[in-house]
Amino acid sequence: MAADPLSLVFSALADPTRRDMVARLAVGDATVNELAAPYHVTVQAVSKHLKVLEDAGLVSRSREAQRRPVHLEAKVFDLMTKWIERYRRQAEERYRRLDDLLRTMPEAIEPTPTPKTGAQT
Amino acid sequence: MTTTSTHETEITADADVPLVRIIREFDAPPAKVFRAHTDPELVVQWLGPRRHEMRIDHYDCRTGGSYRYLHVSDGNEFGFHGCFHEVRSPELIIQTFTFEGFPDGVALERLVLEDLGDGRTRLTATSLVDSFEGRDAFIASGMEDGVRESYERLDAVLAR
Repeated sequence: MAADPLSLVFSALADPTRRDMVARLAVGDATVNELAAPYHVTVQAVSKHLKVLEDAGLVSRSREAQRRPVHLEAKVFDLMTKWIERYRRQAEERYRRLDDLLRTMPEAIEPTPTPKTGAQT
Repeated sequence: MTTTSTHETEITADADVPLVRIIREFDAPPAKVFRAHTDPELVVQWLGPRRHEMRIDHYDCRTGGSYRYLHVSDGNEFGFHGCFHEVRSPELIIQTFTFEGFPDGVALERLVLEDLGDGRTRLTATSLVDSFEGRDAFIASGMEDGVRESYERLDAVLAR
């Protein structure tokens, strides 16, 4: 199998759960337990995924055993340029919904709604 | 004037400042596009990721107002909030934006609507964050929103 760094990175990211974990780690370091929480999978399964990400150089962990947080390595951000395309498509999806909405709106509509009486929360 | 395929979203991530810029044109006059950004009953219909429920806590889109909304998915809630710094009908909204999962981070967002005539509008939305790391995290959190619905698309990108 190809062992060059980029292939390792891409194959590590070929798995949806691992991509999700990377997206979470981009927001901040997290422990294995924290990473496992939202996925309805075992800590063991998450550890396995982490091992793959670690081998690809995408994440690192400090030495201290249990609570050691997982850290996303900066070089993953090189991949962000490719991922921006994905972000663009999401914006496009959102704006297509806005296209649809705009078509259903009356022609002569005020740009801002009339304020409702009663306080906002 | 009903086709949308010609209005592909354009997005750029500036290399020199931590900024993301989105440009998109709409077949609707600025007043309508502006209303779709200011009326919470309309905002909720398009702003959230497709498969997340978008729940508005409050959305008071006027100068000095504020907003908070949640994306709900599989029992997980992702909160977002900010302040409307300047709202000028029907052309400008300047607001702050914070993802509550990363509460120290804040983006400054500027929405400009340009009247192109013939009932068309060009929308330019810029997000300026306080660091490149923050910008990339911001992009990543946007990705996270759609990660479950768009695997195949990332696959296509990665396959290039």
